[in-house]
Amino acid sequence: MMTLLNILKRFAGDLQGLVFYSGSLAKRLFGRPFYLAETLDQMYFLGVGSLFLVVLTGMFAGQGMALQFSIELADFGSKNYLGRVMVIAIVRELGPVLTGLMVAARVAAGITAEIGSMKSSEQIDALVAFGVDPIRKLAVPRFWAIFIMMPVLTIICDFVGIVGGYIIAVYVAHISSTAYWTNVIFKLSLGNIIVGLSKPFLFALIIATISTYMGFKTRGGTRGVGRSTTDSVVACSITILFVNFMFTRLIVPMLNGLI
Amino acid sequence: MIRFEHVNFAYGDEPVLRDVSFTVAPGETLVILGISGSGKSTILKLTAGLVRPQSGHIWVKGADMTDAPESVWRQVRPQIGYVFQEGALFDSMTVGENIGYTLLEHTDQSLDEIEVAVRETLRFLNLSEDLIDVLPDSLSGGMQRRVAIGRAVAAIDPLIMLYDEPTTGLDPISTKAITEMITKLQTVKGVSSVVVTHQIADAFEITDHFIVLHEGVVSFDGSGVELIGAPEAHVQEFLRPFLESVAALPTPGKQGRQHSV
Repeated sequence: MMTLLNILKRFAGDLQGLVFYSGSLAKRLFGRPFYLAETLDQMYFLGVGSLFLVVLTGMFAGQGMALQFSIELADFGSKNYLGRVMVIAIVRELGPVLTGLMVAARVAAGITAEIGSMKSSEQIDALVAFGVDPIRKLAVPRFWAIFIMMPVLTIICDFVGIVGGYIIAVYVAHISSTAYWTNVIFKLSLGNIIVGLSKPFLFALIIATISTYMGFKTRGGTRGVGRSTTDSVVACSITILFVNFMFTRLIVPMLNGLI
Repeated sequence: MIRFEHVNFAYGDEPVLRDVSFTVAPGETLVILGISGSGKSTILKLTAGLVRPQSGHIWVKGADMTDAPESVWRQVRPQIGYVFQEGALFDSMTVGENIGYTLLEHTDQSLDEIEVAVRETLRFLNLSEDLIDVLPDSLSGGMQRRVAIGRAVAAIDPLIMLYDEPTTGLDPISTKAITEMITKLQTVKGVSSVVVTHQIADAFEITDHFIVLHEGVVSFDGSGVELIGAPEAHVQEFLRPFLESVAALPTPGKQGRQHSV
């Protein structure tokens, strides 16, 4: 049976490995060769492939929140302010976090499973044996694809969430369209946009680094691939939620002071 | 071409190779025999720089590569063809893309030039050129191994070929095709080869230089005749199934029972 000490040792080992790997990945991000076709392929897979999921998530989350908030705000006679609440909640928090979690679930799992399968079938060794750097070939294109597509997906999720809120506001809560959009635009300040768009870049770093690292450290055949994939999604999701909290707690007040 | 001098290697705390020394001359083929887990594949990985020894020296193409940085290994590896145990073909790429992969990565050749080279390699391997657009998983095991050899051969004129159990699990016809290919590569292209195998019969067809690994130690290094007469008990035990099967072969004139109709 695994003792607490062993669990802590394993966690520390994994964390150390992740830190060293992050350094290796960072060193290769701007060098040559750069696999452009692979990067574009990955951007298509990550961006277009995740679009439907992100749109659905944004729509339902926006509508659910609008329903809850419209009831609460009505008690204070301020349901016309629903648009403001929606912007704060979606642009600053839910949009980035939900997009991050959805991409972690779909993309991180896919990346870890793909690289892990390549590892267990010696394809990674084959790449090395043919003089190819596997981090440069496999991790760097995926990193840039996630880094570029995450903010785009977040903007789409934000937009769809606010539109979802609009549908509830107008057709269920009976708020005028003008009141909703005026409040949305009022709260769509530069500060809120910067906060909302800083997070997806951070989440992209987390997803790209953890998912590729977990793929490369896969051991133990198909069972090992399954375990790595699960661990990857769990690690990405928890890290995204933790970093989101820390960012909101520590960085956002600093940004508010600057903007 | 390849020289191991007192090489020791361990995975973590578990020793795999102990004081391993041998030499492969230019154009020579060495067969490494031994039971599973004796460290045979590790020798190939060490030769290609995929893992590093804890002590000892490894010479490849006349250079001491023991402590060579990864950047130096990356320049040497395109001249080493490596055929992995299960082929390790890139399953998301076609046969043509697999074979032409090294040329695509390491040369400035156009796609048309690479296709010409790939077709030439397919002909060399006695494989149909129609396979060029086929994905590896739709090929038989024997064909996958041949494509894997093709991918290794198509490297920039490899000087060294490493084969990890190239015939294990294959039917006799595929096995024969692959052993012939290994011999052809040695005679036609003059490459030095290291072949890891359990198939003793195939080994005798390929070369006359053998080493036997026993518990991570080279317990025999010599010719085929010396191998058959080696006094070590584990060598005789390893050879016994092969020698018994040879002895059991029907001799001319006593070829089984005649069936009357």
